Amino acid sequence: MGKQYETVIGLEVHVELATKTKIFCGCSTEFGGAPNTHTCPVCTGMPGSLPVLNRQVVEYALAVGLATNCGINQYCKFDRKNYFYPDNPQNYQISQLYLPICHDGWVEIETAAGKKRIGIHEIHMEEDAGKLIHDEWEDCSLVDYNRSGVPLIEIVSEPDMRSADEVIAYLEKLRLIIQYLGASDCKLQEGSMRADVNLSVREAGTKEFGTRTEMKNLNSFKAISRAIEGERNRQVELLEDGRKVIQETRRWDDNKEASHAMRSKEDAQDYRYFPDPDLAPVVISEEWIARVKARQPELRTEKLARYQSEYQLPRYDAEILTGSKHLADIFEETVAICGKPKEVSNWLMTDAMRLLKEQGQEPEDITFAPENLAKLVELVDQNVINRTVARGVFEAVFTENADPLQYVEEKGLRVVSDEGQLRRVIEGILRENPQSVADYKAGKQKAMGFIVGQAMRAMKGKADPAVVNALVKEML
Amino acid sequence: MEILEMSAVELGRKIKAREIGVLEATEAALAQIRALEPVLNCFVTVDEEGAKRQAARVQRQIDEGILRGPLAGVPMAVKDNMCLEGLPTTCSSKILENFVPPYTAEAVRKLVKGGAVVLGKTNMDEFAMGSTTETSAFGETKNPWDPGRVPGGSSGGSCAAVAANECFYALGSDTGGSIRQPSSFCGVTGIKPTYGTVSRYGLIAYGSSLDQIGPIARSVGDCAAVLEEIAFQDKKDSTSVRREDCDFTSALEDNVKGMRIGIPGDYLGEGLDGEVRAAVLSAAKELEEKGALVEEFDLSLVEYGIPAYYVIASAEASSNLSRFDGVKYGYRAKEYEGLHGMYKKSRSEGFGQEVKRRIMLGSFVLSSGYYDAYYLKALRTKALIKQAFDRAFTKYDVILGPTAPSTAPKLGELLSDPLKMYLGDIYTIAVNLAGLPGMSVPCGRDSKGMPIGLQLIGDCFKEKNIIRAGYAYECTRNHEMPDLARRQGQGMAGAAEGKVR
Repeated sequence: MGKQYETVIGLEVHVELATKTKIFCGCSTEFGGAPNTHTCPVCTGMPGSLPVLNRQVVEYALAVGLATNCGINQYCKFDRKNYFYPDNPQNYQISQLYLPICHDGWVEIETAAGKKRIGIHEIHMEEDAGKLIHDEWEDCSLVDYNRSGVPLIEIVSEPDMRSADEVIAYLEKLRLIIQYLGASDCKLQEGSMRADVNLSVREAGTKEFGTRTEMKNLNSFKAISRAIEGERNRQVELLEDGRKVIQETRRWDDNKEASHAMRSKEDAQDYRYFPDPDLAPVVISEEWIARVKARQPELRTEKLARYQSEYQLPRYDAEILTGSKHLADIFEETVAICGKPKEVSNWLMTDAMRLLKEQGQEPEDITFAPENLAKLVELVDQNVINRTVARGVFEAVFTENADPLQYVEEKGLRVVSDEGQLRRVIEGILRENPQSVADYKAGKQKAMGFIVGQAMRAMKGKADPAVVNALVKEML
Repeated sequence: MEILEMSAVELGRKIKAREIGVLEATEAALAQIRALEPVLNCFVTVDEEGAKRQAARVQRQIDEGILRGPLAGVPMAVKDNMCLEGLPTTCSSKILENFVPPYTAEAVRKLVKGGAVVLGKTNMDEFAMGSTTETSAFGETKNPWDPGRVPGGSSGGSCAAVAANECFYALGSDTGGSIRQPSSFCGVTGIKPTYGTVSRYGLIAYGSSLDQIGPIARSVGDCAAVLEEIAFQDKKDSTSVRREDCDFTSALEDNVKGMRIGIPGDYLGEGLDGEVRAAVLSAAKELEEKGALVEEFDLSLVEYGIPAYYVIASAEASSNLSRFDGVKYGYRAKEYEGLHGMYKKSRSEGFGQEVKRRIMLGSFVLSSGYYDAYYLKALRTKALIKQAFDRAFTKYDVILGPTAPSTAPKLGELLSDPLKMYLGDIYTIAVNLAGLPGMSVPCGRDSKGMPIGLQLIGDCFKEKNIIRAGYAYECTRNHEMPDLARRQGQGMAGAAEGKVR
């Protein structure tokens, strides 16, 4: 048995803030516009243009800092990080180095190993860069500055995590806090949340940290888990072979499930940070902090408790529903219309989750109106449609935001409880299935189930199952 | 009186009184430009057609009563580091040779909105780095008092054009003396306002924390009138401030009774030309005779201004100028290999010597390991200099001294000796480091016939004090004009065709 190694992980998490306009100009932050249409002299770095700070960025950064137990630098500044790259139109990024807005916070995470606090070193505000598009066909590179100047916060953790599980729990925790604050939608796939993993290993029991590497290009929780596993193993192997870990930045390739070195510390750039003379220092008053605190919405922990006490939901349901701010919003808005929390919860937990999974989507991607789910719940409650039919109606609500009542009328899905019509159908089935009738009479209860099933099928599922059951029993 | 010799405000009055037409004044200025440009080279771009169009438009708006401001219809010039939509804005650099901005600098926009007729863009030291206007990629500007001498810099084109009656006033920018020193060399008046008074939006940055736009004209009154129009708080410039006291022309009073004026002994010491010293002290005497209380005092720290300035300004410049990379606009090398090759060749070919020197200096002082020793120390020096001025302004309303240690040197003299050139900024630089308003007013000429400048420095937001002192002094003498500025004949039209659009 070889040596035992401990993995030490710290995270740098970039989060795109949900402001309508960019951090230093009035351009839209909307994703997906035609290239270079959400741009102006400021976010394309034209000479003579000047940045003006978007106040909402400070508000969001403050809100995240306060929700993660950070101290606030009430006098903070922006600095320039100088480096040449075409996606960075000024060839410097406006960021914060010397006096970041938030510092020394923590969040509590829970894993199979129990509860644990993860320290947050600092949170700073900065601008995003544009996007380079390499046109292989024309053999040239093009730049799209739509993303240039989109506001980001970077949340830098302490090296407090020891496993992939803890990393995922920490990211989930951050994601939920930020989503609940409305500061970002935090979608890893779309890049509105991005995590760089700093990882080192050391022999269990030692106090000193090993040499760390930084891993970039991690676009999903799965990729993050795999990259941590891979990097841990790579470093342990190096040490076991008596070799050294080199401090470097590595890029994870999720398809190959391997990473490769991008640049080492030796060729690390000197960013020549200095305070940006174009921006005045940001002074954050006690009142401002108090206002942001007062506006803080119910966060997940509180919601989780309330769902159990106010709606009498089991903890399991409450956890899933509050696991996404969007899902929780839909749940609450629906219940506000139609009541029946458990009923609403069931639709979301079972059918909605199944459909999301089938389509490879996240709860954030749900688009139907809570009114329509409420109508569906009421239709079932009033026995206008039966449960079997209702599942089909839910699919229509889920995929095309259909109005349930209209949908039911158009497709003729109302429950049939007209006894005369049902009797005629059941008579026919009894006639066609003499063997089943005989079986029933011989004491085989199963045979009745078969007959009911046939009747339901003949009615295309629209019959009221209770009425059919009673009639079949009587007629047998 | 000859149109070209009128003050800007006087011309504005006559235009409104229908005594002179806007086009008439514009044509007169354009004729002067055509006649003198082959000698002086004050302009990088002359926008003859645009100026005439604007003149016609302004005349109409004056006739309709829409434009009523004191400067409506007055032809003027803009230093070529301020953007003007549709006209090349080059900073006198090859790297921006073909750059045509799609927007206008806020200070220029304000003037144009008030009816200014922009004649063109004036020559300058490349990216405002220099004190002679010789580092321009488009040839040096010459001093109208002696074309064998420099006009000073970096706003040399603007100052020479005003001195030569090519325009009635001009805008310059001042980072370490770039309005005041060439004003001194050319015998005109220039104000560098308190930092934050005029929007920097659209001014191509050199040292952002020091840059300030200001007026250059042939009288204190004209400068006050222009400053009144361009001073405002601009939401697009986070460093611009709200001021309630921008009625600068109200300070044009020939009254300095009881005004406390301090002359720093440090400004009269070693390195100061004797004739300049005598002229400055005699100007102080004039003010004293008018009732001002004048005394010498010790400002201290003056000698630390130059190193602090060159560290801070170069550091900011190294970052500000990194956007000129050949990717988005401006000059791109014709042949290169790869991205970094393109950056290197475009910048090596596009920037001149002085700009490269300051980019290297600035990059060095910001490098890790040197940041504390140079950049932070310079910032601390800056704070100490500000404190020294704060102390002085508890005792004085105005600080008086020379603008520059000497009058305009011969062409090429300073270019070969950058350290000597840097030392020429000694009296102006501290004003920028402390963010104060400063003005240069002509105070006579030396034995070679070259103009001497008197510098008046005020406390932050106290432009009115220096305007009052400057105006009172100006009342004691007549405006002097270089012979070359007398109206030139009409026969030379087209001589400056090269840069006339």
